[in-house]
Amino acid sequence: MADIPWWARESLWRKMAIWITAIMAVILIFLSFHSVALITAGSARVPAYSVINQRIDYRFDRERNRQQPVIGDPAPLFGRVLSEADAEQLVRRGKLTFQARNCINCHTILGNGAYYAPDLTKAWLDPGWGTEEARERLMKEFLMDPYTNARTFGTGRRMPDLDLTEDEAEALIAFLKWTAAIDTNGFPAAFPTIKQGGGT
Amino acid sequence: MSTPGVEDWSNLNAGQRIAMKYFIVAMVLFVAQILFGLLAGMQYIYPNFLYGVLDFNVNRMVHINAMIVWMLYGFIGSVYWLVEDEAETELVGAKLANINFWVLTVAVGIVVLVYLLVQAGPGEIESVWFINEGREYIEAPRWADVGIVVCTLVFFYNVAATFMKGRWSGISGVLVLDLVALAGLYLAGMFFTTNVSVDQYWWWWVIHLWVEATWEVLVGCIMAWGLIKTLGASRRIVTTWLYIEVALMFGSGILGLGHHYFWIGTPEYWLSIGGFFSALEPIPLVAMVVHAVYDSGRHGFQSRNHPALAWLIAHAFGNFFGAGVWGFMHTLPQINLYTHGTQWTASHGHLAFFGAYATIIIAMIYIALQKWRGDVWMSGDLADNGWKWKWSLGLLHLGMVGMTMALLIAGYEQSFIERALEGSSWSGYFEAQRHPWFVQSMVWREVFGLTMAAGLVLLLWDFVTIGKRESREIKQLVADQSHAA
Ligand code: HEC
Ligand code: HEM
Ligand code: HEM
Ligand SMILES: [Fe+2]
Repeated sequence: MADIPWWARESLWRKMAIWITAIMAVILIFLSFHSVALITAGSARVPAYSVINQRIDYRFDRERNRQQPVIGDPAPLFGRVLSEADAEQLVRRGKLTFQARNCINCHTILGNGAYYAPDLTKAWLDPGWGTEEARERLMKEFLMDPYTNARTFGTGRRMPDLDLTEDEAEALIAFLKWTAAIDTNGFPAAFPTIKQGGGT
Repeated sequence: MSTPGVEDWSNLNAGQRIAMKYFIVAMVLFVAQILFGLLAGMQYIYPNFLYGVLDFNVNRMVHINAMIVWMLYGFIGSVYWLVEDEAETELVGAKLANINFWVLTVAVGIVVLVYLLVQAGPGEIESVWFINEGREYIEAPRWADVGIVVCTLVFFYNVAATFMKGRWSGISGVLVLDLVALAGLYLAGMFFTTNVSVDQYWWWWVIHLWVEATWEVLVGCIMAWGLIKTLGASRRIVTTWLYIEVALMFGSGILGLGHHYFWIGTPEYWLSIGGFFSALEPIPLVAMVVHAVYDSGRHGFQSRNHPALAWLIAHAFGNFFGAGVWGFMHTLPQINLYTHGTQWTASHGHLAFFGAYATIIIAMIYIALQKWRGDVWMSGDLADNGWKWKWSLGLLHLGMVGMTMALLIAGYEQSFIERALEGSSWSGYFEAQRHPWFVQSMVWREVFGLTMAAGLVLLLWDFVTIGKRESREIKQLVADQSHAA
């Protein structure tokens, strides 16, 4: 083995493989604890579920040079002010419905998922809902009957009727409203938000 | 004694007989994957096709789940194939392995039937347990997750205990440690949380740390063993390369995970960490190409199994282009802000999964068929000039490359129009979807998808026939004097 230069030796690379893997894994675990703490609901980046009682916007911030969520005046969803626990219950129901109906295999959310339908990260703020006053009603109508209320913009690509109950539809809207309040480092960029009343 | 050209189970050791079963199911699922991919692709062109019956999300779920499962079957099969050979002893629990295979396969069958027939459930936790978890790639309901974990443990026990009884080597050491990590990671995807940011945080642990870390190293082990078998490469060199690849792959890929943490709510430091480390990920993939080509060249491309060697080289290049080049191109946050969640991602996902993983499993199946048919000749001048393996390799690659390019064009168009100009709104999304470049791309994707389907039919036909009625025995390898360890 003496003719093999030190940098090509099996033993050296075995040690390198073990040490590099161990160090990287430890760093990742450390960073994961740190990051998960910063994205727990109720943190600055990922607000508490009761944020659905508030008006939410996504505005350009000069200093950070990108859009970011802005939490505004009280604007209770479906006219109901919810406690933190009730809000969490509702959003949880929405998230469960999102999974049980397999929305992710048509849509993206936070940009991950399927590409057959629009990204839902800021769906709550989409100008397509017209006005702030009409939004809740239109969203519910759309989710419960996407066939009749289809837009498709000339593509003919409709969302199928997923037999959502009214409760499920409301819970989904709560989930989407809460999601819109997550600080996503400016994704999606240049999102044209729906017009909302003053005081945000 | 075995007769060349005649299939005989007694040509195989116990592990290899189980491997064959895994390979067969893998190929059935590969067919299902392509079928459902074509259905989903068709819905982009004719949105009313199967609307309300087999909606896009169902087809897509079956498409990508069939892929994950067939690849896992391919890996399990490959490991069972090489374990006795590498450990130089008999598999400790052949019967157990057999039962395990059937339990897993029945579970997979039930899951698929529920996907197709039940499809969705009410917004309650029971749906996640019994119908569909609703998280991309790991949609399998929780009961199946638990079953998968148990089956994986049994598999792991079988492999590890066999190496313990027999002999350890560099390859088997890396392999066993890697399997622990691979199985352990699955647990990170097995809980429900309301918080979509936390959900995606751990979801990426499973997906990314599988395909860009543990799966890469697993195929590195299979590749190492495959080069020794098909070329007679020197074990010492191959093992050293394997360690180098592990160091580079884990060194870049573990923190490279950060390229999925740019926009999901996670803190800004991931933009730098993820961007930097993932940009290094192509390096080990280059190393793998160098390794494969160098070893093949050293042996003058004189292999005992031409189709297997061709697919191993296809693996090295596919891995490099699909993961390395296509991954690198959208991995910096400044670019990813606009390509994130577009057909760009689909372009990369297809070329990477096919190039890195489908290829090497196909190579292993060729190695397996050779032995099953009695160590039959599979080097140059095959019967019919080996047109079937050559054409299937060509058609599958032509289809995949064509599909990748079509999706790439659609992805750029989407990045510019939907993301950059329109700000990703509902109407902006459709602005991009109805653009002629996008529409044409979807047609071309389907055309090239059909090309792949033709290639797959030919591949399976070749599997059934290659080496049959061939009376020559396997080509003997010239011992690699200068590099024998
Ligand atoms: C089979 C595919 C499919 C599934 C499953 C699906 N959608 Fe959709 N969705 C679409 C399509 C296509 C559109 C665009 C419809 C249109 O423009 O008429 C859409 C539109 C939407 C919109 C409006 C778009 C926007 O940007 O605001 C929302 C909100 C929405 N879907 C929510 C959901 C939710 C929640 C689920 C799961 C319960 C779901 N979708 C499941 C295909 C799907
Ligand atoms: C064989 C290895 C690889 C496979 C199989 C693979 C596969 C995939 C798949 C399927 C996705 C989409 C996930 C989804 O559905 O959301 C994805 C995303 C991504 N991959 Fe890879 N990948 C591999 C290696 C790499 C490498 C080496 C890089 C970088 C150098 C990379 C960069 C990315 C990035 C940045 C994304 C996110 C795309 C987005 O923002 O939408 N990948 N990969
Ligand atoms: C006949 C050939 C194929 C067709 C028509 C096809 C079609 C599709 C379609 C329509 C999607 C959904 C994309 C979207 O959400 O818009 C998809 C996703 C996917 N397919 Fe295929 N596919 C084919 C073959 C393959 C092969 C051979 C592989 C890998 C071995 C593969 C891997 C994937 C992956 C990983 C995704 C998820 C991509 C992502 O989320 O970014 N497909 N495919
Ligand atoms: Fe990744």
